[in-house]
Amino acid sequence: MDAAIRFEGVVHRYGRTAALDGIDLAIPPGCMAGLIGPDGVGKSTLLGLAAGVTAIQQGEVTALAGDIADPSVRRTVCALVAYMPQGLGRNLYPTLSVAENLHFFGMLFGQSSAERKARIDELLEATGLSDFSGRPVGKLSGGMKQKLGICAALIHDPDLLILDEPTTGIDPLSRRQFWELIARMRRRRPAMSVVVATAYMEEAEQFDWIAAMHGGRVIATGSPAELIRSSGQQSLEGAFTALMPSAESERGQVVPPPQRVVSESKPAIEAHGLTRRFGSFTAVDHVSFSIAKGEIFGFLGSNGSGKTTTMKMLTGLLPASDGEVQLFGRPLDARDIETRKRVGYMSQSFSLYGELTVRQNLLLHGQLFAIPSERLEARIRETIDRFDLAAVADELPESLPLGIRQRLQLAVAVLHRPDILILDEPTSGVDPIARDRFWRLLIELSRADGVTIFLSTHFMNEAERCDRVSLMHDGRVLAIGSPAELKTKRGKSTLEEVFIDVLEGAGARRQADAEPMSVPASARSASRSVDARRMWAYSWRETLEIIRDPARLAFAFLGPVLLLLTFGYGISFDVEHLPFAVFDQDQSAQSRQLIESFQGSRYFTEQSAIASADEMERRLKEGELKIAIEVPSGFGKDLLRGMKPEVAVWLDGAMPFRAETARGYISGLALGYLNDAAMRKSGRDSPAYPFGIEERFRYNQAFRSVNAIVPSVIVLMLVLIPAIMTAIGIVKEKETGSISNFQSTPVRKLEFLLGKQLPYVGIAFASFLTLVMLARVVFDVPLKGSFAMLAAASLVYVVATTGFGLLVSSFVRSQVAAIFATAIIAMIPAVNFSGLLVPVSSLSGGGRLMGLSFPAAWYQPISVGVFAKGLGFAELWFNLAVLGAFGVAFIAAAAVTLRKQGA
Amino acid sequence: MTLDRLFKIFLLGVKELRSLWADPVLIVLIVYTFTFAIYAVATGANFEVENAAVAVVDEDRSMISARLRDALIEPFFKRPVLVNANEIDEVMDAGRFVFVIEIPPKFERDLIAGRRPTVQIDVDATAMSQAGNGASYIQNIITQEVAIAFPDSSSAQPLSLVVRAKFNPNLRSAWFTAVMQVINNVTMLAVILSGAALIREREHGTIEHLLVMPVTPIEIMLAKIWANGLVIVAAATLSLIVVVERLLGVPVAGSLALFVAATVLYQFSVTALGILVATFSTSMAQFGLLVMPMLVMMNLLSGSTTPMESMPGWLQNMMQMSPSTHFVALSQAILYRGADIRIVWPEMVMLSGIASLFFLIAALRFRKSLLNDR
Repeated sequence: MDAAIRFEGVVHRYGRTAALDGIDLAIPPGCMAGLIGPDGVGKSTLLGLAAGVTAIQQGEVTALAGDIADPSVRRTVCALVAYMPQGLGRNLYPTLSVAENLHFFGMLFGQSSAERKARIDELLEATGLSDFSGRPVGKLSGGMKQKLGICAALIHDPDLLILDEPTTGIDPLSRRQFWELIARMRRRRPAMSVVVATAYMEEAEQFDWIAAMHGGRVIATGSPAELIRSSGQQSLEGAFTALMPSAESERGQVVPPPQRVVSESKPAIEAHGLTRRFGSFTAVDHVSFSIAKGEIFGFLGSNGSGKTTTMKMLTGLLPASDGEVQLFGRPLDARDIETRKRVGYMSQSFSLYGELTVRQNLLLHGQLFAIPSERLEARIRETIDRFDLAAVADELPESLPLGIRQRLQLAVAVLHRPDILILDEPTSGVDPIARDRFWRLLIELSRADGVTIFLSTHFMNEAERCDRVSLMHDGRVLAIGSPAELKTKRGKSTLEEVFIDVLEGAGARRQADAEPMSVPASARSASRSVDARRMWAYSWRETLEIIRDPARLAFAFLGPVLLLLTFGYGISFDVEHLPFAVFDQDQSAQSRQLIESFQGSRYFTEQSAIASADEMERRLKEGELKIAIEVPSGFGKDLLRGMKPEVAVWLDGAMPFRAETARGYISGLALGYLNDAAMRKSGRDSPAYPFGIEERFRYNQAFRSVNAIVPSVIVLMLVLIPAIMTAIGIVKEKETGSISNFQSTPVRKLEFLLGKQLPYVGIAFASFLTLVMLARVVFDVPLKGSFAMLAAASLVYVVATTGFGLLVSSFVRSQVAAIFATAIIAMIPAVNFSGLLVPVSSLSGGGRLMGLSFPAAWYQPISVGVFAKGLGFAELWFNLAVLGAFGVAFIAAAAVTLRKQGA
Repeated sequence: MTLDRLFKIFLLGVKELRSLWADPVLIVLIVYTFTFAIYAVATGANFEVENAAVAVVDEDRSMISARLRDALIEPFFKRPVLVNANEIDEVMDAGRFVFVIEIPPKFERDLIAGRRPTVQIDVDATAMSQAGNGASYIQNIITQEVAIAFPDSSSAQPLSLVVRAKFNPNLRSAWFTAVMQVINNVTMLAVILSGAALIREREHGTIEHLLVMPVTPIEIMLAKIWANGLVIVAAATLSLIVVVERLLGVPVAGSLALFVAATVLYQFSVTALGILVATFSTSMAQFGLLVMPMLVMMNLLSGSTTPMESMPGWLQNMMQMSPSTHFVALSQAILYRGADIRIVWPEMVMLSGIASLFFLIAALRFRKSLLNDR
């Protein structure tokens, strides 16, 4: 094998922009290879292609001598490659513990539990994470997350390790430990190839081989020494700048001019004993500092030491548990709009609107800060120039490289000319050239405009440029002073050494130096068929995540129960207590007799009598009356004379079902009245009709709504809730980035889909059991047929409905769209066309079609059939078969829609 | 409220509209909901006895039994199917027919002889919405046909009872369903759009940025409400005019302007509800699970599907807290009964009250719930 990864003629486009523009590159095997280059030159895309996570558009990519374009080869190669995407712990699961995350990755590679345990113990020991194995990943610091990421990558003894900016956003101590770890791993397995993209030139200097990229092309390759020599520079950082085309290298040391001594005035920012507690955990512990106007103050510290929390308290985003913040000598009031206008804040992650263009974002912020419109336009133009955003002014930030987005964030933060800038790791993930440009802007703001700048950073060369820095660890500030002072005091030559010295002095953990022992390599098989172990890995993980979110689990069970209760009592087609009133213009004994027959009925409730035709009209219009009976004057006389007087009954037709039912009641009552009248007259029972009609209400003799409604509500609940639960499943992984685990490991689509579906099928089935119990116990709905049949059908049904959720989840891009689509697509047919309200046999046209193309309409006859009609398999097998077909079709469609590779 | 604040609310709302516009899936779904979905439900699912599947067991095969069979006509009933007496259980079990009419042997002869023969109607009582009404239809038809065929047999009726339905004389349920479907969809869209938009802002961190700017939570919420509201009210009004009035031919009795005004009020209350639910859920998954049962409840128990009076008292009282109950009552009054503001003002006051309550609670929880998680 002559290359770990080989690219030939690779071109990759995102829309119209070419991220990779003809790459021919062979990365040598068995060494540490680095990719360097400014932001947005295609480093991540290149690594994504090699890992098989991104689909190849043009050209050939071979990893470990296998053609990545071929799915079966890719699957084999996947088992030998480990990929760690950019971003802190993006492919990890925050609610799972450290050990559980590792078990999950081990299971994805089909390892037995004994093997996994041995490997995990070893890896945790080697990375010094053993003491944290039970801690949820979401509560780890950034440095620990990256170490865990490495453990996850190494769990299957890969031959090729692909790391995309693994140390971005990591403090110097953790960074050093991280590289020591990689070095030890390589000593153990010398044949392993490691490919790293990085923005740290001092790191790249330690690599064996480097490829420098620019503009989607490779512009130089070779060892760091060769690159430095050929460019005639002293360091790789110099060589890197020299290699870049001229326009990009406005270079020279960035050294701020000395700070003007401001004799006057109070400090710009002052904190006294600032403390923030989250439950029993103290994130920030009595932090105090005082920052002068125009000062650049560097806020350094280990990951998770409380820097971000402190900054949020300075902006008022988080209330302090204790202590006080003063801005310009006045206590901070989070609700004070005037103070907010004097502060510019840039959060650690991108927090502008991705769906607005760069210019629109600036405009929105300018307007919200109430910059007068006549000045705003000029201000925006000037800002776009100053931050070099002209080329991207009309693009959406989502499509821009991280470095440019950070620039936009800073531009937004300074647009309203604040007196204080609070910047949380503004240069994290930004390439050296862009960082220098960024710093020139900061220095200009500080020195020329007198802006006070409070920023956090992990880059020590940036810290050197600050007027003063503080070092924070475990919620406390351990040292504060100018860089020179700190170095002198600690007797160190660089700020990085000071940093490590201070932290280690504070008891920051040194990692164990033990060489990892060797665990026998696992049998690597990327079997062709669906592997139950990999599927189980996803089921197990999904189940753990559900258990860790008890609120969600509670909603999943309580929602249906609550609905069954309310609907069981609430949805009723038994029309009763209809408010009626009489407009009796006759007031005779005969008219009163007629009215009496209405008064006695439980279907009607009498309201005060009507006095005029206008009143009748008005009260019907108001909806107070549903029925008005108008007895004409002379009714009694006409009746006695046999002149067939006319009685008018007015119904409120606004709700047709109610009116229709009322009409039936009225004719029934009238019939009764006539019989009575005939009897009174003739003294014997003389039926009005020469025949009898006998109605038999089958399956529900009592004609109880609840007997029919409860089985139908179960139909509704078992589609809506399972579908909405699964609909979030896949799209959430897309949004958080953990989908890359599915893309870069040998997991098959079906294993992934079925694995994710299984726990929800379990929950839905358990929910079915509770609902049936409720129906029997609370509502006393008889279960006439075989429970086994109902249970079997329900199982098939929930497989279909969760399958529907999976399908939605695999084609939408955002969780919002998933919720929305599931609600709309499922609710309308399930509520209207499933037989809950209207029997499926009387549906027509589009409605019928909609009903029949959704599983609910097929399950409803089973639920009602088994409950009310006592039917069994012999009568219902066809519906069962159709449900099964729905399940298969949904999952198959989801498998087709789901992309194993990203664009 | 100063002009400056109004301008900020306007700007944030425009931003909201742009976000919506950038999501084609959402647009397609909104259009679908207010066009096809309404049309399909209004024409497909009827509560009135229409196209009811009916079978006849005719053991008489006489003139009168043929007459009865022919009297079951469309659009109320599908053409009756003749079945044998021993097939009744089978066809009813399978749900093929809602009604089976059994005409006994010698029906005609017994009738003439005054022996009072009995016609039996088997009703599938699990089809609740049609069983009762359909059975009384069939009774009426049989009575009428017999009366016509044997004019002397029935005793003359001493009075005539004329039953007329006001506001919807033919009791066409499509009229009802169409409008109620518009209302249900307004509820669904408003709650999901506003709530999910808020959760998305939180998950993407943009809300944090908003809160360090000179913008108050009230302004952010009002912006979301007016922007999402505009889209939904516009869609609902258009849908009412084009789909309901034109396509489905439903006459709208009252003032459309009053209805739109009421919709604005309603939509304020449901978007506020969406935001309120969002402040209670920490993730989109939780939001979905919370919102789904709520929507189904607001949809089915508001009186838009089954009559309010038939619900138990405690549930009627509980549903008074739901804005949908008041909006349904109000829309029925305006759209069918032509009610004006003098009649519907109490409902409008209730709606405003509920809306303000939701808004207030949401505003109180807003900052805390959005920022407290680290």
